[in-house]
Amino acid sequence: MKKIISLSLALIMALGLVACGGGDVSGEQAGEKVVKIGVFEPASGDSASGGKKETLGMQYANQETPTVEIGGETYKVELIPADNGSSTDKAPTAAADLVAKDVAIVLGSYGSGVSMAGGPIFDEAGLAALGVTCTNPNVTAGNDYYYRICFLDPFQGTVLANFGKDKFDASVAYCLGEIGNEYDQGLITFFEQAFTAAGGTVIKDSFPTNNSDFTSYLNKAKSEGAGVIFTPVSIAYATQIITQASSLGIEIPFLGSDTLDDNMVLEAAKGTDIQLYVSTFYQEGGNPEFDAGIKNYINSDSVAKDANGGNDTISAVTAMGYDAYYVALEAMKAAGSVEPEAIKAALGGVIYTGVSGDIAFDEVGDAIRDTAYIKTANTADGTWALETVQKAN
Amino acid sequence: MIQKKSKKGAFIALGCILVFLAVIVLLENLGLFMDNVPKVLKPTSQLFVVLKKTAVYALAAVSMNLLTGFTGLFSLGQAGFMLLGAYTYAILTVPMANKDQVYYAFNGSAVKFSLPDLFGGVDTVAGLVLGVLLAIILAGIVAAIFAWFIGLPVLRLKSDYLAIATLGFAEIMRAIFQWQKLGPVTNGANMINKIPTFANFNIENAAGKVVLRLSTFVPFLLAIICIAIIVLLINSSYGRAFKAIREDEIAAEAMGINLAKHKRMSFCISSFFAGISGAMFAMFVNNAQAKPFTTNLTYEILLIVVIGGIGSITGSCIATFLYVACSEWWLRFLDTQTVIGDFQVPLLRPGFRMVVFSIVIMVVVLFFRRGIMGNKELPDLFKGKRKEAAK
Amino acid sequence: MEYIISILLSGISVGGQYALIAIGYTMVYGILRLINFAHGDVFMVAGLMGIYLSASMPLYVAIPMVIVLTAILAFFIERAAYKPLRSAPRMSVMISAIGVSYLLQNMATYITGAQPMTYPTIPGLSDTVQIAGTPTKWAVLLTPVLVAVLVVALTVLINKTKVGMAMRAVSKDFETAQLMGIKINTVISVTFVIGSVLAAVGSILYFTNYSAVTPTIGALPGLKAFVAAVFGGIGSIPGAVIGAFIIGICETVIKGLPSAWDVSVFSDAFTFALLVIVLVFKPTGLFGEKATDKV
Repeated sequence: MKKIISLSLALIMALGLVACGGGDVSGEQAGEKVVKIGVFEPASGDSASGGKKETLGMQYANQETPTVEIGGETYKVELIPADNGSSTDKAPTAAADLVAKDVAIVLGSYGSGVSMAGGPIFDEAGLAALGVTCTNPNVTAGNDYYYRICFLDPFQGTVLANFGKDKFDASVAYCLGEIGNEYDQGLITFFEQAFTAAGGTVIKDSFPTNNSDFTSYLNKAKSEGAGVIFTPVSIAYATQIITQASSLGIEIPFLGSDTLDDNMVLEAAKGTDIQLYVSTFYQEGGNPEFDAGIKNYINSDSVAKDANGGNDTISAVTAMGYDAYYVALEAMKAAGSVEPEAIKAALGGVIYTGVSGDIAFDEVGDAIRDTAYIKTANTADGTWALETVQKAN
Repeated sequence: MIQKKSKKGAFIALGCILVFLAVIVLLENLGLFMDNVPKVLKPTSQLFVVLKKTAVYALAAVSMNLLTGFTGLFSLGQAGFMLLGAYTYAILTVPMANKDQVYYAFNGSAVKFSLPDLFGGVDTVAGLVLGVLLAIILAGIVAAIFAWFIGLPVLRLKSDYLAIATLGFAEIMRAIFQWQKLGPVTNGANMINKIPTFANFNIENAAGKVVLRLSTFVPFLLAIICIAIIVLLINSSYGRAFKAIREDEIAAEAMGINLAKHKRMSFCISSFFAGISGAMFAMFVNNAQAKPFTTNLTYEILLIVVIGGIGSITGSCIATFLYVACSEWWLRFLDTQTVIGDFQVPLLRPGFRMVVFSIVIMVVVLFFRRGIMGNKELPDLFKGKRKEAAK
Repeated sequence: MEYIISILLSGISVGGQYALIAIGYTMVYGILRLINFAHGDVFMVAGLMGIYLSASMPLYVAIPMVIVLTAILAFFIERAAYKPLRSAPRMSVMISAIGVSYLLQNMATYITGAQPMTYPTIPGLSDTVQIAGTPTKWAVLLTPVLVAVLVVALTVLINKTKVGMAMRAVSKDFETAQLMGIKINTVISVTFVIGSVLAAVGSILYFTNYSAVTPTIGALPGLKAFVAAVFGGIGSIPGAVIGAFIIGICETVIKGLPSAWDVSVFSDAFTFALLVIVLVFKPTGLFGEKATDKV
């Protein structure tokens, strides 16, 4: 018995060494210069769906531009993924994995919680991290090394509140979020502030994690006379809410945040009478060249298609991932070096026009953005239609 | 089996622990002495993150083992007590300067003081050490107090009913801490971050460059002190009473052991250390949020205890390291698609790591039912057959 | 009024689905004294099978296939993970169950690529019907009827048939039953198969109503169904069903309370609080038999 145990232990150890060794040699043969970009995204857990779509944009960008000129030399860009499991207790080890693999810069993550948990690891290692769609204010605040290219929750919440007030003349808004989810609750807080400031009333509810039955909440919204329903929830819950609302015959318009800009949500809304409006970073058709390219990429690769939820509708997070990759390359070019510290120093000054708009950073490391696209789901043919372009204030 | 308490043995154990801690400090600071440090030992290596997590989980596992392995109480409330510890620690240690930032959704915190600030702030040695230490101890005490109250009704239950009832309490606790109405204290759904973490213990020079790394040493020191206390407890007369309860409650009662008192004691002590490990968990992930403290966390810790051997402290510690290193480090390559030559290795894609890992766990649970160490301790293995014959 | 009816309808539908899962729990516990933590995950796997099978074959083939395959899965789980531990302490079996649950969840994550999957609409079940002005699905109305029929059928099975007699014997005394020539392994397998068939039926009804299937979707209904089984008195099938309906209705009522109170957060916590109260004041549940410890 003891022998078997010691044998199996030895095997595990050996396996471990192989794994460590295996990680070190990749890509550095043949005298080719390689620069590594860490992809800090969830591939399992609640946010896996969004994380995969975001990664898709980076992979496409990497396929489109696989090399970069840094200081007169051509480097091959390699993407190193690390799954943060959508969970704050797995995030530090995933972050450390990237640090240990000597990446030059990190992109990600989808979801603010994991970014906040991994942030200090990057900070300590002197590695710049470029958040793609983590919208919580506390991601960049107090962390010198975290930047991001997306807008923030206060902005998004305000935009949606104003939109709901103006478009539907709603006096009562019903807000529904997952308990304990900083994304949902943060947006609801900012939405409430803006909505009440504009003279409306807000009714708030939270549902427990892994909840499936939303009919009680939806019926409540109806009976309390809500003019709009605001549901900044993650993708799986959003599809549930939409399908249940349609079977209950809810006619109140739904407002969603950037997470609802997803083809699974669209699929759920298809063929129903639901009115769904979402705020987002990018609208399909904004850059026809990018649209055609990424659709081609998705359709030509079954893995990519699965990651995109089985069809080729472009999610805004994919466009954001694409832009993040190019911002990282710009930073490398500006730094003229592949040293993390140099890239970090250069990143703050990068100004880049991506498919999702102009990107520049303020002193905290947040993107200076004042535009959100509001799209509506065309339920007849299952596509997004641009409703309006909303500015702050 | 009466433990022979010779002073010699205790000194050897103490010596081993000191050497071990010294090795940790040395490993962390190899860069000071050598220019060409192997990659695995660089400060940025995965090794140190895994070690930190090991220290945190080892304490949680040992505290669970005290309950499950030594007292025979099958509790699944560990995550709940860790949550209490993590929140207590985080609420008490957010520096005053960061409170408004952290509690931005609630216009500042209702807790108008911060322990490290009372002693001079996180940047001073006294503030850091005393503040953090006090917060950690309070984290344990809060968890223990809750355990006392929960124990009143729950400890009367037997085996699986106890398990499911404690699991229920852990879930209730999580819901309470996620309640937005308590936001000014718990920060609602938002995480409490900007708290002093292990990295704060690295000693920096005036230019902000790290001179001496202690960020792995500190969690190990904390965990080892706590585990040592648990070991002393287990070897005391109380510990023997616990074991008697595990073997046979009715016989133990007949021997004059006060069942209720000893069960409650074991439950509270276990929760105390679970609370401390929760505080260390918060330090490890740099924040406190109720989200990770689900039943899955309890299950993970339970599996560690089982893999290590129910009733073996050293087993739990070794199993923790193997568990953490396998799941977070060594098996990570299973998640990435690999091409060797022209051969695309099949099955490898995100998620495969966890499948392999759970199969390994099932194999251990089914075929190595006694775990790595059974109910023996590491020193027992060196003592040869003598002990085994005595069993 | 309309609102109250809609809340009650949701409650009945949720309760009915918990009931289908709870029967499996209570039967297994009655015989093996095992909290089968993997039962909720079997339910989830049944949901995933429904998605994958209905994508490749017509529904009238896919649905029976789901039920059969789920039964086979449960049979294999019992044989591989629980049978070898028959003589081991109860805790080991429970840990094995936790391991199986972990494995099933991770497998599901791997196969689905962690994407939430959408359950197909089943003609008839998914159609909407108006009850007193409140729209609802046929599945909601069908669930309590189906549950009632199943309870009667199972009660007959347990009280009137040979297998049922064997089950009762095994749950009373394992070893004596064995001595009396009862093939306990067969009886246990039958129990698992019945439980999993009900979970599969439950999954069809559940996911027709709540269409997203994620790898962790089974955990919570599983736990709640267990609470229902304890509430009703573990081992008792009618008890489990009544417990499930009470829990389902209480839960939706709590969710439906005015938002100003902000208590909807505690709908899950309430279930567990109920569990603790029942365990402390009436450990045998509503209909459970009093068990005495043998010294």
